[in-house]
Amino acid sequence: MSAKSDGWGSRVGLILAMAGNAVGLGNFLRFPVQAVQNGGGAFIIPYLVCFVIMGIPLLFIEWSSGRFGGRHGNHSTPYILDSMVKGRILKYIGVFGIFTNIAVAAYYCYIESWTMSYVYHSIIGTFNGMSQAEVANFFDTYVDVGKSTTGIPYEAVVFYIVCLILNTYILSKGLKGIEKVAKIGMPLLIFFGVLLAIRGLTLGTSGASEIFPNANAWDGLNFLWTPQYESLLDLKVWMAAAGQIFFTLSVGMGTIHCYAAYLDAKDDIALNAVSAGFMNEFVEVVLGSLIVIPIAAGYLGLDWIIENAGFGMAFQTMPYLFQQWGDVLSVLAGVFWFGLLFFAGITSSLAMGTPWIGFMRDEFNWNQTKGAWSFGLMILILGLPTVIFFQEGVFDEYDYWAGTVSLVVFAMMETILFSWIFGMKKGWREITSGADIKVPNIYKYIIKYVTPVMLIIIFLGSLFKPLNNDWSGSLNSLFSGNGWTLDNGSIIKTITHAGIKEQLAVATDVATQTALNDKMFYINIARFLLLGLFVFISVLVYLAFQKRRREGRATE
Amino acid sequence: MNTEALMTMLITQGIVISFASYFFYRVLTTPPKQEPDSFSENDDENISNEA
Repeated sequence: MSAKSDGWGSRVGLILAMAGNAVGLGNFLRFPVQAVQNGGGAFIIPYLVCFVIMGIPLLFIEWSSGRFGGRHGNHSTPYILDSMVKGRILKYIGVFGIFTNIAVAAYYCYIESWTMSYVYHSIIGTFNGMSQAEVANFFDTYVDVGKSTTGIPYEAVVFYIVCLILNTYILSKGLKGIEKVAKIGMPLLIFFGVLLAIRGLTLGTSGASEIFPNANAWDGLNFLWTPQYESLLDLKVWMAAAGQIFFTLSVGMGTIHCYAAYLDAKDDIALNAVSAGFMNEFVEVVLGSLIVIPIAAGYLGLDWIIENAGFGMAFQTMPYLFQQWGDVLSVLAGVFWFGLLFFAGITSSLAMGTPWIGFMRDEFNWNQTKGAWSFGLMILILGLPTVIFFQEGVFDEYDYWAGTVSLVVFAMMETILFSWIFGMKKGWREITSGADIKVPNIYKYIIKYVTPVMLIIIFLGSLFKPLNNDWSGSLNSLFSGNGWTLDNGSIIKTITHAGIKEQLAVATDVATQTALNDKMFYINIARFLLLGLFVFISVLVYLAFQKRRREGRATE
Repeated sequence: MNTEALMTMLITQGIVISFASYFFYRVLTTPPKQEPDSFSENDDENISNEA
C-alpha cells in the first residue's frame, strides 16, 4: 500500500474541482441544442428524471468507489475496482478509467487550444468587420494546419502545444495546482456566464437587421422552453435526455474516482457529490440555456437556429454576433465567452491527467512531475494526429470511441460491479458513511435496479441505434415483424464504416472517391492508436499486478 | 415569450438554483470533521467533534 502523497486543501476546493471536472463545453453548447431538438421545455422533464435516477446514483457510486479504493492506497480505477471486487480479470475493466482520460484529453486539449486562440483573436480584433461567412471560414482555415490565420506558421499546432504545456505544468503541481485553477476558474466562469446571460436576456429585438428582420432573442428562449408535451411519448427524447445527463456529469471516466480517492473514510461524500452535481446543473440548465440560443436568435432569427443549432456555433457564429455589440463590447464579449469555455475546458482536462499520475505513483513509484510530463507526452503523441488530420475525421473518431462509447461501457460495468458484485449492503455503507446529509433509502433500490437497467438500455441504444434515431417508429416496425434498421451512427455500423461505404457507392467522381478512401484510412489509423493505447495500459496493469505479487500485496 | 414557456423556464431554473444553493450552503456551514481529515487547510487547528 502506497502512502498518500497528495491531498485536497479544502472541501470547497474539492467541490469546485469536481464541479469543474463535470462542467465542460457541452454545458453551453450541447444542452441547449439537445433541448431545442427534443421537445423544448418538455425535454427538462426526462432530463431531470434521468438526473435523479441515473446521474445522482452514478455520482454516489463513483465517489464512494474512489474513497474506498483510496483507503487501500489506490488512486486509479484498475486497482480501485480490484480492491472492491477480488478477481484477476475485473481490474482490467478499470483500464477504461485511464484509457478514456488519455484519449479524450488528446482531442479535448485541441478544443481548449481553440478557446485560447479565440481569446487572443478577440483581443487583437481579428473578427472586426468580418461577415458571418468570413467568421465561419476563419475557423475552417484555422483547423487547416497548412494555412495560418495570424502569420504564425502552424498556428493550430502552436496553440495546441502551449495549451498542453500549461496543462502539464499545472498537473505537475499536484492536486493543489488543480484546486487553485478550480478556485479561480469556476467563479470566473460563472461570472462571465452571468454577464453573457444578462446580455442574452436583454437583447430583445435590438439585434434585428435587414437580412434577419424578424430576429428576436425572446423567440429563441420561447422555442427552447415551450413544452411540447407530445414529445414525452417519443423514446428518442428520453434517450437524448439520459445521454445528456450522462455526458454532462463526466461519469464513466474514472476522474471522479481518482479525485475522491484522496478522501478519508470518515469524510462525507454524499453531500459533496450532490453539491458538485447540482453546481454542474446550475451552469448547464441556468447559464447554458441563456447564452447561445437567445443571442443567436436575437441576430439570426429562430429559423436559422432550428436549421443550424450545433457545436460549431461556438466558434463559427458567436464571434460574428459579438461584433454587432460595438468595438469595446465585442472584445469583452469575446474574452468572456472564450474565457468561459477555456475555464470549462481546462478544469476538465486537468482532471483527465490525474488517474494516470495516480496509477503510476501507486504502482511504479513515479513522482508527480514524472507522471505529469509523461501524461503530457502521451497526449502530444496521440493528440497531434487529431490536430493535423482534423478534417480527415481523426478528431471525430477519438470523440466517438473514447468520448462516447467507452464512457457508457465503463459506467455500465462499474455500476453492475458496484451494486451486484461488491454488493449493495457494502455499497450503501460506503455511500452513507460519514455523510453530512441523510441519503433517502430509496436510492438503495434505484442504484441496485434502476441505474444498471438504464445504463444497459443506453449501451444497447448505442449498439443498435435505429435509423434516423427513430426509436418509437423502429419499435413499432420490430413488433409488427418488419425488422429493425440500424442507423449508420450505431456502434455496429460505425465499426464497418457503413456510412462512408454508402457515400463511396454513390460517389461518381474520382476526387470524392479518393477523399472518402483517405478518410477511411485515417479513421483506421485513429482506431489503431486508440486500440494501441488500451493494450498499453492493460499491459501496465498486468505488470503492476506482477509487481504487487512479488511484493506480496496482490489480490488473487 | 409565452406564459407557458416563461413558467417552465422560471420553475426549472428556480428548482435547480434552490437545490444548488441549498447543498452548497450545507457544505459551507457543516463543521469540519475532527483532525486528521482529508483537507490540509485546517491542519493546524484542533477541532472538537462534540457537535
